[in-house]
Amino acid sequence: MNIGKDLVAASATPFVLAILAEGDSYGYAIIRRVAELSGGELRWTDGMLYPVLHRLERFGYVEAHWATAETGRRRRYYRITGEGRAHLAAQRRQWQVVDSALKGIWTEMRFAAA
Amino acid sequence: MTEITDALEAQITRWRDWVRRQPALQPSDVDELEGHLRDQIAALVESGLAEDEAFLVAVKRMGRLDAVSREFAREHSNRLWKQLVVAPDEDAASGSAGRTEILVVLGLAVAAALAIQLPRLFGHQFGEGAFYALNASLFVLPLLTGYFAWKRGLDRARGAWLAAPFAAAAIAVNALPFTPGGHTEMLAALHLPIALWLAVGFAYVGGRWWGNVGGRMDFVRFSGELFIYFVLMALGGGVLTAFAIISFEAIGLDVEGSAQIWILPSGAMGALIVGAWLVEKKQRVVENMAPVLTRIFAPLFAALLVALLYAMAWTGRGVSLEREVLIGFDLLLAVVLGLLLYAVSARDPQASPDFFDGILLVLVGSALIADGVALAAILTRISEFGFSPNRVAALGENLVLFANLAWSAWLYARFVTGRGPFAALERWQTAYLPVYAVWAAFVVLVFPPLFRFA
Repeated sequence: MNIGKDLVAASATPFVLAILAEGDSYGYAIIRRVAELSGGELRWTDGMLYPVLHRLERFGYVEAHWATAETGRRRRYYRITGEGRAHLAAQRRQWQVVDSALKGIWTEMRFAAA
Repeated sequence: MTEITDALEAQITRWRDWVRRQPALQPSDVDELEGHLRDQIAALVESGLAEDEAFLVAVKRMGRLDAVSREFAREHSNRLWKQLVVAPDEDAASGSAGRTEILVVLGLAVAAALAIQLPRLFGHQFGEGAFYALNASLFVLPLLTGYFAWKRGLDRARGAWLAAPFAAAAIAVNALPFTPGGHTEMLAALHLPIALWLAVGFAYVGGRWWGNVGGRMDFVRFSGELFIYFVLMALGGGVLTAFAIISFEAIGLDVEGSAQIWILPSGAMGALIVGAWLVEKKQRVVENMAPVLTRIFAPLFAALLVALLYAMAWTGRGVSLEREVLIGFDLLLAVVLGLLLYAVSARDPQASPDFFDGILLVLVGSALIADGVALAAILTRISEFGFSPNRVAALGENLVLFANLAWSAWLYARFVTGRGPFAALERWQTAYLPVYAVWAAFVVLVFPPLFRFA
């Protein structure tokens, strides 16, 4: 399934923040986690993740620092901040409203079709 | 961790160099993206892909570089501006050479700023007599030429040859017995910078002027960009001067006079040198600005010229032959040629003609007709009242412009209708450049004796 560009863009922030809420991470691992969570259905253009991360950093939702990974390569790790958690909670409520509203109409559609 | 072979390492390095050229990306962004690419390749190789396949897939997944770069630019829009003042990354490699150049540029700028003040020690004043009007270009253009001669590593013999036109000009404008306030004096002052600009161009292309279409085109581009930078700096300088005057007035000191004597002339001289260096240094940033300005103003100037032609036809008015009006008119034609040259220089020669080329054709065509009307008016005046320095200068200028416009219009029309290559127009424009200088030199050197220094 090909998920629309706008939907991918809109869901990027909650995904990134939620994944970082599980623990500090870096770009490549975040992409892997998104693929894993969506069963490979949700594919991001890898390069597009970084401007999103930098934007969240500018808003103060995440902090970043360079560290050397066990492979010997330097990576930029991101950590969610208190503000980021608050924003994630707000986003979560918004998505839940959208989700439950859509669920409601889809249930009705099923009855109507039956 | 998987071993990385030299071949893959080379591919990654090439990719990195390519990414680094994106203006919106900083070295740390490139590091981050490279780390991602390497992780991705390692994972793909682990899952059984060959290295080169893994590289291709990883690059593909990274996304189209221009789109990614645009996202970065949107997020970090301040960076593009920063590039105007902060040296970009690739210069860091040649750090000491860059520092030497900055010192040379600052030295030359200070020298130019002081040089223009020097004659005041010997009793010449700004705005008094024609000394400064005649010599203005001689304070800065030799230094600018020297900068490019140094930068391009011109050998001594050629460098010495370049000093000749400046020496000749200095002797000519100061030794010729002009009638003070006369026409030939004014004309010489107006034409000298045009003539000497060719010498700057000769140094700019590193002495390889003949048959070097690309180099000459670069010089045209440089001239336009320098103009843009100069205007920007002049605006900033004007604001600075205004604040200087106002703030000193606040403590009861009137510095307006000294600002006009010191900041204005010295600032203008220094700004030309610094502007030239900025163009050299930050070419990429302005390269994006100039074509945009051309695109905005070419249609507007085309509309202006068409309106002018309509008004002339409707009211039956001809072109006035006042010197100021004629200068303005010739400047308008020069701007048209500049727009054309700019559009030509910024254009991809391989691209096929589009709507914008049609606009340019209208622009050149209407400029050609307007110039024809002006020429007719000048010729009528000459046949009625005889030759005068102003009329002959105007005739020459408009003939020079007319010839260029006419042949350009012809070549452009051939290109737009698909019967000629675009390169022909480029060759013609670059080949024509010395004609302006030769005519200007003629006005400076031959007009005064020809018209008895009137």
